[in-house]
Amino acid sequence: MKLLIKNGRFIDPGNKIDGIRDILVENGRITEVSAGIEARVDNTIDAQGKIVMPGIVDMHVHLREPGREDKETVASATAAALRGGVTSLLAMPNTQPCIDSADSVKLLKEIIDKTAKSHVFICGAITKERKGEKLSAISELKKEGAVAISDDGVSVDKDDLMRQALKAGKEQDLLVISHCEDRSLCPSGVVNLGIISTRLGLRGISRESEYKRVQRDLELAQKTGARIHIAHVSCKESVDLVAQYKKKGVKVTAEVTPHHFSLTEDALLGFDTNMKMNPPLRRKEDRDALKEGLKSGVIDVIASDHAPHTENEKEIEFERAEFGVIGLETELAASVHQLIKTGLLDWPDLAQKMCLNPAKILGINKGSLGIGRDADIIIISPEKEWAVKKEEFLSSSKNSPFLGWKLTGLVEYCVVSGSIAYKSPG
Amino acid sequence: MTAAWSRKDLLGLEDLNREEISLILSTAESFKEVSTREIKKVPALRGKTVVNLFYEPSTRTRVSFEIAAKRLSADVINIASETSSVRKGETLIDTGRNIEALKVDIIVVRHNYSGAAVMLGRSVKASVINAGDGWHEHPTQALLDIFTLKEKLGRIEGIKVSIVGDIAHSRVARSNIWGLTKLGANVTVCAPKILIPPAIEEMGVKVVTDIDEALARSDAVNVLRMQFERDGESAFPRQLEYFKNFGITRERLKKAKKDIIIMHPGPLNRGVEISSEIADGLNSVILEQVTNGIAVRMAAMFLVAQANENISHETPD
Amino acid sequence: MKEKAKLLDKEAISRIITRISHEILEKNKGSSGVCLIGIRNRGAYLAKRLAVSIENIDKQGVPVGILDITLYRDDLTLIAQQPLVRKTEIGFDITEKNIVLVDDVLYTGRTVRSALDALADLGRPKSIQLAVLIDRGHRELPIRADYVGKNVPTSHKETVEVRLLEVDDIDEVAIVETE
Repeated sequence: MKLLIKNGRFIDPGNKIDGIRDILVENGRITEVSAGIEARVDNTIDAQGKIVMPGIVDMHVHLREPGREDKETVASATAAALRGGVTSLLAMPNTQPCIDSADSVKLLKEIIDKTAKSHVFICGAITKERKGEKLSAISELKKEGAVAISDDGVSVDKDDLMRQALKAGKEQDLLVISHCEDRSLCPSGVVNLGIISTRLGLRGISRESEYKRVQRDLELAQKTGARIHIAHVSCKESVDLVAQYKKKGVKVTAEVTPHHFSLTEDALLGFDTNMKMNPPLRRKEDRDALKEGLKSGVIDVIASDHAPHTENEKEIEFERAEFGVIGLETELAASVHQLIKTGLLDWPDLAQKMCLNPAKILGINKGSLGIGRDADIIIISPEKEWAVKKEEFLSSSKNSPFLGWKLTGLVEYCVVSGSIAYKSPG
Repeated sequence: MTAAWSRKDLLGLEDLNREEISLILSTAESFKEVSTREIKKVPALRGKTVVNLFYEPSTRTRVSFEIAAKRLSADVINIASETSSVRKGETLIDTGRNIEALKVDIIVVRHNYSGAAVMLGRSVKASVINAGDGWHEHPTQALLDIFTLKEKLGRIEGIKVSIVGDIAHSRVARSNIWGLTKLGANVTVCAPKILIPPAIEEMGVKVVTDIDEALARSDAVNVLRMQFERDGESAFPRQLEYFKNFGITRERLKKAKKDIIIMHPGPLNRGVEISSEIADGLNSVILEQVTNGIAVRMAAMFLVAQANENISHETPD
Repeated sequence: MKEKAKLLDKEAISRIITRISHEILEKNKGSSGVCLIGIRNRGAYLAKRLAVSIENIDKQGVPVGILDITLYRDDLTLIAQQPLVRKTEIGFDITEKNIVLVDDVLYTGRTVRSALDALADLGRPKSIQLAVLIDRGHRELPIRADYVGKNVPTSHKETVEVRLLEVDDIDEVAIVETE
């Protein structure tokens, strides 16, 4: 099986290439990148006027399977992923059962082998059932192939347990991903604490509840020398802390979601439950700090925090509705819309944040298109605008904060391991 | 004369502009006359059905809406959460759609969750009137407060109003703040710090924690009901403490304007936020508020019903 | 909108007011027990003018009230612009009185029908009579006026516009073609 992608603007942040190139793919790997390749192939894609870059590596996805197949399955999530240009994703462990043991990893791997349309990597839980009481069998998780550990959805509240987790992560060379939130500071909050929570008459979630925990975790990372990745940074203070600890040499990386850099708490004014997520949408100055963090490099990664919920769980009273939004299918276009069109980042920067950096942080052989690498490639019409419509989502859930938006940048093809796995219907 | 009402719902005063608020108030003035007649009824909503959908126990607001609807000749059905399928786990939207399937024209909803009325309004074609949602808004209460103030003082522009009590958890406070500030009043909120929600100054009010300071500058004071029920046994000493520091008493009013207007949305906690002497005294307009509530609710129901008929005439199915 | 003809000017309106005042006094054998109730908006001003005129003739005042019939209409949604609900101001008991209802133009009769309903909610008059400045025909209900300023044959495409000094800065009646 040979595939030739011709005439595209080829962007490979791993090898710092940005120019018109042809790419030859043979048996799932990249065998040649140069201008004007002539070869007998099974399939040729003319990518003139298009961007050709590594498939996106989304390191923050809630698959819901096993356990909540009504929200999403591995099959539906990976189909959605490809529509959004995501060829590799990291599955968070908050499923039922929780991915906290060798058996549960095996179970998930079986489902992935049978049904996944893209690559799926596994994140194990830090603590048993994510209860924050007892560490999971971290070495077992590693042995079964987990590439990171996280209790995402909740924070590990006990300082000493988090210290042990970081130590174990270091010993096992496993990334620890931290959801930073001190829930005790803002019990039952549902939106950012401030003028909007006051206007809406809703309980708030303070920025402090996030950045205080960021600070604790960075302190612990410094003491243990472990690697730590801060998930879904939402406020200015957290960005500043990450910058500060990076400077001190702490092995910290950080991620931001498209909804946090696209939207502010003002979006909550109509009580739209598709704007309800945790951490919540913050103030304009926080959103601006997140964008600035992306530009300066303090924030390494853009990830979706794809969190599907059924309509039943969203079309209810705001305070009772579930936290979380879907994002796999819109993350690229939202990023193009907010970051590239505005001139904040250029395409090579974006490929770095969405492909190369997450792959490096997770230690997986993705995110770059050098000779001999896995041929996970996406082809994008960079200027094409498209409207986000509920009925077009491939995800089983429709809880997107971008419904009705016009976004820019359409994924035309996804090549996964050398085969065309997705082609835009448009 | 050119002001028009085009909203199918009345969900809060935050959404409304000055003209819309003024229109409700002037319409209410006309409706007030109806309640003074021997035959207290006009046929304006004859053949319309109003459902009072109450998820929180409330007698006075429900009765006020019921009387208002009946004086407009509408048929009224009351649904209280204790007797409805809410208890059986039906969602608010399903309940709303079921009510709508009964060809109801106006749903008056009271709910313990903020935003519930907004959500219901989005989900049904019937008109929705918010009779209080969580801590969010209680527009008809604020409108009747403002109506009463306007009746007493002749204007709202430039008057000084203090709202005293649990501002953080009060939908009455929020709606009053929106309505009064939009009409040009100077609003002060006064409470212990813990009961002042963050950034409330951005709603255009002044915050003070000293009750005497608030009273000294006010033409009127709206005293909110303090709710200590949640706190069980420890409530009593805290009630006394609150009364001592924030309760409206004769002693306290000595330093205020002689003709200061005292308002309270009810039900009263005598001896907690207000002394009996003041509640029943010459400055109190508490019972006039109750009377005016009917006129304001008649106006609200009439305007939303009329607008909704126009909307449904414009959009063929 | 094109103005086709002037029907009445200031003097003509004034003469009609005087004439109708005499007719009211004649029919009711004086002003005792007579009350005038004008229908908002222009009927109210005409009622006030009639009251002044009657007092000049009879040397005795008659009570005047204003009736807002918005809440009694059966055609709310057919009116492009929503009418404002305004106050009914009738400061006397209408029971056992001879009520003269006053309006500017009598057309389909629906306004008068609404006014009769409204009056019925306010009390039980001895009689209700109707005075109008213009009767333009096209009745849809069995209603006729007791006192008519001027009968004007019109088509449905036309409107009769009564302009009064109190609101329009001029006293005149015109017939206008609507497209």
